[in-house]
Amino acid sequence: MSAPTLVAPAADAARPARESKGRIGGVTRAFWLFVGPFVVGLVIFVYVPIVWSVVLSFSRAQNTVTPGEWVGLQNYIDLLQPGPFLSSLLTFTIFAAFIVPLTFVLSLGLALLLNSVRVMRAFFRSVYFLPTACSYVVASLVWKLSIFNGVRFGLANTVLSWFGVENIAWLATTSPPWYWLVIVTVRLWLQIGFYMILFLAGLQRISPELYEAAAVDGARNAWQTFRYITFPQLRATSVAVLLLLLINAYQAFDEFFNLVGNSSFARPPLVYLYYTAQFNQDFGHGTAGAVILALLIMVVTLAQGRILGFGKAE
Amino acid sequence: MSAPTSALAEEKPGVQQAEVRRRRRRSTPGGVVVTVLRYIALVMSAVLFLLPFYLILRNAISLDTDITAPGWTLFPKKIHWENLPELFTDPSVNILQGLLNSAIIAVLQTAGILLLCSMAGYGLARIPYRWATPIFYAILVTLMIPPAVTFIPSFIIVSQLRWVDTYQGIIVPVLFSGFTTFLFRQYFLNFPRSLEEAARVDGLGYFGAYWRVVVPNSGAFFAAIAVITFIASWNAFLWPLVIGQDSSMWTVQVALSTFLTAQTINLHELFLAAAVSILPLVLVFVFLQRYLVQGVAETGIKG
Repeated sequence: MSAPTLVAPAADAARPARESKGRIGGVTRAFWLFVGPFVVGLVIFVYVPIVWSVVLSFSRAQNTVTPGEWVGLQNYIDLLQPGPFLSSLLTFTIFAAFIVPLTFVLSLGLALLLNSVRVMRAFFRSVYFLPTACSYVVASLVWKLSIFNGVRFGLANTVLSWFGVENIAWLATTSPPWYWLVIVTVRLWLQIGFYMILFLAGLQRISPELYEAAAVDGARNAWQTFRYITFPQLRATSVAVLLLLLINAYQAFDEFFNLVGNSSFARPPLVYLYYTAQFNQDFGHGTAGAVILALLIMVVTLAQGRILGFGKAE
Repeated sequence: MSAPTSALAEEKPGVQQAEVRRRRRRSTPGGVVVTVLRYIALVMSAVLFLLPFYLILRNAISLDTDITAPGWTLFPKKIHWENLPELFTDPSVNILQGLLNSAIIAVLQTAGILLLCSMAGYGLARIPYRWATPIFYAILVTLMIPPAVTFIPSFIIVSQLRWVDTYQGIIVPVLFSGFTTFLFRQYFLNFPRSLEEAARVDGLGYFGAYWRVVVPNSGAFFAAIAVITFIASWNAFLWPLVIGQDSSMWTVQVALSTFLTAQTINLHELFLAAAVSILPLVLVFVFLQRYLVQGVAETGIKG
């Protein structure tokens, strides 16, 4: 009786030691089996390129992607002189000033409208969401060749002609800058549905009891309910939507490239970088521009997060 | 016993309130007017949202002379089905190659992202390894840098690997999405641990638990990520444009863009090609919208 009890603790003590040792080895192996491939790829395709381009941005790299002659901050100084890079940032600023508030208001409005009806709600939601299936290339094609075609058979010009308005060369004229209407509406059509879904999800998370309490407290009309209940409750969603809209506007490329190409008047940062690096093979200035843009967007993200309290409401 | 009663107690006033609200809305004439106005706004918006799709179809089955005719008409004079064989037999418009490239790239990219990011997310969420937290932070940092801004750095590494004009050049660098890994990690953190523990008791290791228990029970989440990834991949433009330089490597988006900017193609062929390029995604929308809406709503921070 006593012998087994004496032996048993020793065996028990030995077994956990061996097991835990095996488990630690197993844990390490299992972790790297799961996470290793991703981390290796992340290093090769994210970290190495970033370090490489920072190095390249300090050298003259014309027609080559290997660091050549060291030029210090010259590439950065060149870009920050008044010139195409700074005007591309101005283009982005104008673009963002239109697209961010317009998308925000329209997608929120559509979500509120949709949330206020019962019948056929899913149908309308699907319709507004459908443009998400369309690529920027296809949408630009329709906008450029059909809706805002500068000749008589363009849809917009046809409609305007009913009111006696002369043909407008939408994309071929800079005064007045009608091209902004084309560029902004194409993105509006493509992205409103997406942000509407985010707002709908936010609206559905608001407790109905809050509205009942508001009614009891004397919220008279729809505007007061929106002002004091709905909008404050949507704070987290609104902050996320604003941030996303800004970051996505910052990365605008497809519609500018396909609608106006390498124009001097509407060339956002990425289009400028594309032509600098891919077209002129000037990788020194291209990488310097990419570094500046990355830093700018990081600063904006952090600042906006700080100012609007991103994540606080989560 | 107490749970159902409390649920009932909570539900009843809610039901009553809803009924009161419904009755109130139905009875007042003002409410009816407001509802009618709402539906008018909804229908008008719907027409605006659907119009561009209709224009693609209208122009796709017309002749160029009809499209450019001075008097614009909503309906085409005659439907020209022969445009379809014309598009696919026109040697100057290799749209089939573009569709094939897009399909290969989108399918492999979706499969690769699901496998790589879900495994990484699972490892980070569930395996208590010493360096798990620092590695997680190293992944989070990459979220700060938007992918589009890094196209020049990524091009540099792809050109060093001599992957320009290859499928792997377009597919592989996009696979290491820190954001998708982050989403999978958050999802797996909320996955019921008891299910996995049962698997572990049955003698399955981490991989067995992941592959036989976690993945089969996460169908909806995987589907949501898959649908979003597939759409993003199919519609991607900048990266395929940078890497797929030779016309044999053009995705359907790059091919359409080239035809649009070069204007070397008939208008109706261009619109028909656009219609064909949208078709797979419209099918995805019709059949998988549940996952898509869920994916956007839950993970919508993808952009």
